[in-house]
Amino acid sequence: MYDSPTLETKLNTKNIKIAADNVQVYYGETHAIKDVSVQIQDKTVTAFIGPSGCGKSTFLRTLNRMNDTIDICRVQGNILLDGENIYDPRVDPVQLRAKVGMVFQKPNPFPKSIYDNVAYGPRIHGMSKSKADLDQIVETALRRGAIWDEVKDRLHAPGTGLSGGQQQRLCIARAVATEPEVLLMDEPCSALDPIATGQVEELIDELREDYSVVIVTHSMQQAARVSQKTAFFHLGNLVEYGDTSQIFTNPVDPRTESYITGRIG
Amino acid sequence: MTDASISGPAAKPRPNTSGSLLELDKGTRRRNAAEKRFRAYGMAAVGIGLIFLLVLLFTIVRNGVPAFTQTFIELPVTLSEAKLDKSGNRDIEEIKKVTTFGYGGLINSALETTLSDAGIASPFEKASELSKLISSSAAAQIRDYVLTHPDDIGKTVTFEVLASSRVDGYEKGRVTRVALLNDKNLDAEHLDVADQMKEAGVLKRRFNWDFILGADASESRPEQAGIGVSMLGSLFMMLVVLVLSLPIGVAASVYLEEFAPKNWFTDIIEVNISNLAAVPSIVFGILGLAVFIQFIELPQSAPLVGGLVLTLMTLPTIIISTRASLKAVPPSIRDAALGVGASKMQSVFHHVLPLAMPGILTGTILGLAQALGETAPLLLIGMVGYIASNYPDGIASGFLDPNSAMPAQIYEWAKRADPAYYERAWGGIIILLVFLMTMNIIAIILRRRFERRW
Repeated sequence: MYDSPTLETKLNTKNIKIAADNVQVYYGETHAIKDVSVQIQDKTVTAFIGPSGCGKSTFLRTLNRMNDTIDICRVQGNILLDGENIYDPRVDPVQLRAKVGMVFQKPNPFPKSIYDNVAYGPRIHGMSKSKADLDQIVETALRRGAIWDEVKDRLHAPGTGLSGGQQQRLCIARAVATEPEVLLMDEPCSALDPIATGQVEELIDELREDYSVVIVTHSMQQAARVSQKTAFFHLGNLVEYGDTSQIFTNPVDPRTESYITGRIG
Repeated sequence: MTDASISGPAAKPRPNTSGSLLELDKGTRRRNAAEKRFRAYGMAAVGIGLIFLLVLLFTIVRNGVPAFTQTFIELPVTLSEAKLDKSGNRDIEEIKKVTTFGYGGLINSALETTLSDAGIASPFEKASELSKLISSSAAAQIRDYVLTHPDDIGKTVTFEVLASSRVDGYEKGRVTRVALLNDKNLDAEHLDVADQMKEAGVLKRRFNWDFILGADASESRPEQAGIGVSMLGSLFMMLVVLVLSLPIGVAASVYLEEFAPKNWFTDIIEVNISNLAAVPSIVFGILGLAVFIQFIELPQSAPLVGGLVLTLMTLPTIIISTRASLKAVPPSIRDAALGVGASKMQSVFHHVLPLAMPGILTGTILGLAQALGETAPLLLIGMVGYIASNYPDGIASGFLDPNSAMPAQIYEWAKRADPAYYERAWGGIIILLVFLMTMNIIAIILRRRFERRW
């Protein structure tokens, strides 16, 4: 396993937020992720695309150790966040997840008020000293989530009463409230209609200014619209990784081309 | 990858070749008939169930309701100073020396006066024959009154004393003149007198709170027996069960469901918890006898021991229902909490447990209801104490004092020879059912009230 970051890596990672190196993921006997190495840049939207079951969501979940909750899941290899190995035994996954936030496929607000949904993260991390402080954090997060204007008059209504698109933006607001450095999004628009999808995509583009965003998506149009970097996964392998424009116009690997042109997947 | 080869499907015969949609073909008719038959079976099954339920309820109510009323006789008793306080100095210690036997004469003469006042001729030569109309508890009742009101000695005080169980049974239609031919406790003449007393308004049947609140009584005076003390015993036991089984059960299920690794060891535990729920309750009884009474040497007949045994019995029920309601909380909620950086424990205690609470409470209440109605294990640990005096004078006042429990009390009554006790057993069942129904209704209300959508 990993010992200590070498000087060389540090120099190279100036602009690199997450560096994965020969990552293997096993579900019991199944080898789900094979030898994936990828460098994710800061203040960039990186899209993971690929057919169903190719491992893109699995790989995303290794980035904030959500896979730890699955008993049979084993991860090998190194993933460096700002040069620190997140699979180092000294790392507490809870601390890691405060830095690497996550938005899920299905909107999953807590069955609590809108305010409490957003305030929960800051509260458990002790980010606010007073009620006014917390109010400010909640407002900022909801504004960042582009949902403030819609909910500012009913902050104490249940979050589950919102529409699907609003719920997802609430979840994004909840994720940014803890001020993470990386935001992972697992097919955030798959349960949304085109209008809500458009709103969330706009939001992702804005979030790029402050965060490194990694988004898993099934829609190649979406990947093309929102991302600057794209990684194509196939059968657990990272087939190709590069600038989005290059992947979609001039892919190197024939498998990428087949997928993009609709022949596989 | 969907590049599956399309193999040409073999042409199948089309099902309805006869043509018109307006006519049912053979297959459809058969299917419809089968469906109709199945519905009929279902309705018959539900109907039979309902009929049995109605029969059960009707029988319980018909047999049990009379236990709630009791026949009383109004008796103006002259508390003669010559008999009760010879020295005349109202010294309690001296008055106490007169036992209940000393009050027999007073009651006899009071009965005679009552009859002659009402213009009823006594068919008996001996006055003491008349006292068979009255419960043997009357003497104790009057003595208790005298001991608390010594100043009333010398006055005439009107008491409402219990009629004997045979007279009460006659009033309720249970005892007939023919049946009394073989009964040494009462003769048909007594019933004639009772009829006349009823006409004169001396003998009345009214609601009897003492059945609900009172203590048990000896075999020979069923008219005095009540279920109150054993209710207290049941209450103490339920407190023990609640205080022990809810935290232990919830902690165990949360650990098993959320934290424990899934391996062969936890699998074995899981299987065994399910099996424990099916273990006959009498096994828990003998376990309690061996462990709590013989090994730890806790007192017999104590609600604490009963509660411990019932806790063992209730735990699997609570664990199973708690785990089911924890499972029903969508995993997305756990992910959401972990995703914002909550620890496992925070995600469980802030989000999962509150959402599972209605299910947990429902399971707990149903487990308690089951424990409340349990008899067999209580028999083995001696929770059938005979407590004839009520709280606060009685000894049935705490977790370590001997007591009985409602179902055990009902069982005791059903065992006794006097048919009057049979009636009381049914009455006890009504009270027990009222408790169980209340608990179930609370469970339903909790479930409705806290049900959440996510």
